[in-house]
Amino acid sequence: MTVADQPSFKARADAALADRTLKTAIERTTGTAERKRAAALSTFPEFEAARSRGKAIKDHVIANLDHYLETFERNAVASGARVHWAATDEEARDIVVRLCIEAGAKRVTRSKSMLGEEIGLPQALADAGIERVETDLAEHIIQLAGEHPSHIIWPAMHRTREQVAELFKADHVPAPDAEDPASMVQSARRVLREKFLSADVGISGANFLIADTGATCTVTNEGNAELTTTPPRVHIVTAGIEKLVPSTAHAFALLRLLVRSATGGELTQYTTFHCGPKRSGDADGPEEMHIVLVDNGRSTMIADEFREMLRCIRCGACMNHCVVYRQIGGHAYGGTYPGPMGAALTPVLDGLARSRDLAFACTMNGRCAEVCPVKIPLPTLLRAWRVRSWNDGLEKGVASAAVGAWAAVARRPGLYRLVSGAGVGILRLIGTTGWIKSLPFVGGWTKYRDLPAPSGGTFMARYKAERGKEAAK
Amino acid sequence: MSPASGPRVGLFVTCLVDAMRPQIAFATLHLLEEAGCIVEVPQKQTCCGQPAWNSGDNRDAAALARQVIAAFEPYDYLVAPSGSCAGTIAHYPELLGEDPVWGPRASALAAKTHEVLSFLVDVLGHVPTGQRLEASATYHDSCSGLRELGVHDQPRRLLAAVDGLELRPLEGDNVCCGFGGTFCIKYPAISNAIVGEKAAAIEATGADLLLAGDLGCLMNMAGKLNRNGSKVRCFHTVEILAGGGDGPAIGEPQ
Ligand code: SF4
Repeated sequence: MTVADQPSFKARADAALADRTLKTAIERTTGTAERKRAAALSTFPEFEAARSRGKAIKDHVIANLDHYLETFERNAVASGARVHWAATDEEARDIVVRLCIEAGAKRVTRSKSMLGEEIGLPQALADAGIERVETDLAEHIIQLAGEHPSHIIWPAMHRTREQVAELFKADHVPAPDAEDPASMVQSARRVLREKFLSADVGISGANFLIADTGATCTVTNEGNAELTTTPPRVHIVTAGIEKLVPSTAHAFALLRLLVRSATGGELTQYTTFHCGPKRSGDADGPEEMHIVLVDNGRSTMIADEFREMLRCIRCGACMNHCVVYRQIGGHAYGGTYPGPMGAALTPVLDGLARSRDLAFACTMNGRCAEVCPVKIPLPTLLRAWRVRSWNDGLEKGVASAAVGAWAAVARRPGLYRLVSGAGVGILRLIGTTGWIKSLPFVGGWTKYRDLPAPSGGTFMARYKAERGKEAAK
Repeated sequence: MSPASGPRVGLFVTCLVDAMRPQIAFATLHLLEEAGCIVEVPQKQTCCGQPAWNSGDNRDAAALARQVIAAFEPYDYLVAPSGSCAGTIAHYPELLGEDPVWGPRASALAAKTHEVLSFLVDVLGHVPTGQRLEASATYHDSCSGLRELGVHDQPRRLLAAVDGLELRPLEGDNVCCGFGGTFCIKYPAISNAIVGEKAAAIEATGADLLLAGDLGCLMNMAGKLNRNGSKVRCFHTVEILAGGGDGPAIGEPQ
């Protein structure tokens, strides 16, 4: 999905703010995630050291990406997998669809992958007339609802239990007991199991690409990735090139960070390494394994400050702790990835002109960077987008013009004293009760809150007067 | 430390305090002098440039940064009653780092810039005593001070020394109030939703007072509380420490 042809960011945010059910859903999920992460970290005293190590691993790989990509390809090919390179999202979709067609696929199963969303795979499969079965419970829900993920860990977090019950009632036969979450999960399991075994191709993402073994690694809590990748005749992995790590040990170092930061668990229920197709003597596994390595803007990021974003392990902690995300949810961001990490990435993927609001719709409070397990300085990156947007002349609003005019005055202290003195005088005339209830130019403020009137003349004027008196004594 | 031998401090008033609530700067001045500092108020100061910095306008931000550097580099310290402005000054080296002349000067100023509450405790080791205020208060950690400058324990230590003041924990005290400088003007509806939750959390403490270390955040929270009809009174922490707690709170007529 791209941000083109959508209502403006503000319109999307307003719609989200007006939706109280959405707010309930967001609070349930992010609130729980925040509490569980905090509990997990309280029993993980070496978290800071682990963060530093995680950052160092990713930085090292990114600085030596060519080397690790070649190593990975060589080892993956040696294990019997086939490796495909996609420079763009379009190339990636085309490769996957072609592989499905070559496999004669009528039905494919897919386990949750944000990269698949990024390259527009669901739509591409539909366009090719291939039935797509989402096997992750949350992805199953949004497939039924005809939606996109609103969170990178919990794609259906914008839907309450009650809304999910409605969706299942309409689709599942027999309909599950809406009052009983366990019955709903059972129902999804039954519906999906039938399809797992009849799929021709299984498509997964990867949390890590292990260079020295050529294996790919997925983590899930539902076991659906294993059922997606094992029974079908063909397994296709799509992964961004930044997912590389040197070795399995490095993957585990990052897993310790990923799982605690995402769900507050110590490990996911399932951590699976896929190394090549079925070998003679293997009990099961696909006959063919294809790995599609996707660039889609990543190699351009290496050259600039957004390189730091390539460390992202997609844990979702930044959005769970973001005051803006927790008010507007994921869809309002308009790109594949929401929240702070989405605000940093979407301009790379969709262009700054179409996503410039995202960097500005941030209070710069820094909590995202504080929780990020690989120390990505998200506010610094968002400010870098602001600088580009300003320099590209995209900031044409009244607020930006006011900043320029104000700065011109602030650069002249003498003039500034006159202007601030006059401004304070006017505000004091308007706000004789102490509060200003409405004021043009800052209508955004006074629509929702009162503005305290200045409590007296400016400090600079009063200080000068008082010290002058003292000096005269 | 005798007054004559104390460090020379340049007081960075901040544009918001200068215009909206001068008593915060007077209280800061008082506390610093009481702690033995020789305090001066450089006349060439206006604003740290944060609105430009936050808007991505590096050219104006750099011009204002150079102005602040020139005005404050003669002093031993720059002290501001705001974590947000002190935090912006700490970013000057990023802004001017490439400049062979201004880069080192920016780094030198950043190294001696402090937010007032942490300056009192960490640098001067001074906890004012002898203040009395019969009230309950809750404290909000403004984000820049908390995350960029590590201001957390210092205000609590300082406030614990005020006789009669009961400090009540605020649920989510480390969560942004939704101010965000230009953010609250550009995205007022989102900002309102955030400060609405903050106001509810403040009310839930049942405290008489809301204290914080940044006037921007305080105006945001006070403005929302007042719009909601709340009785909670809002002060900058230095006002309480300097004995201003029985004077008018933010938004109360003088
Ligand atoms: S930016 Fe950091 S916190 Fe956010 S998803 Fe990526 S790794 Fe997690």
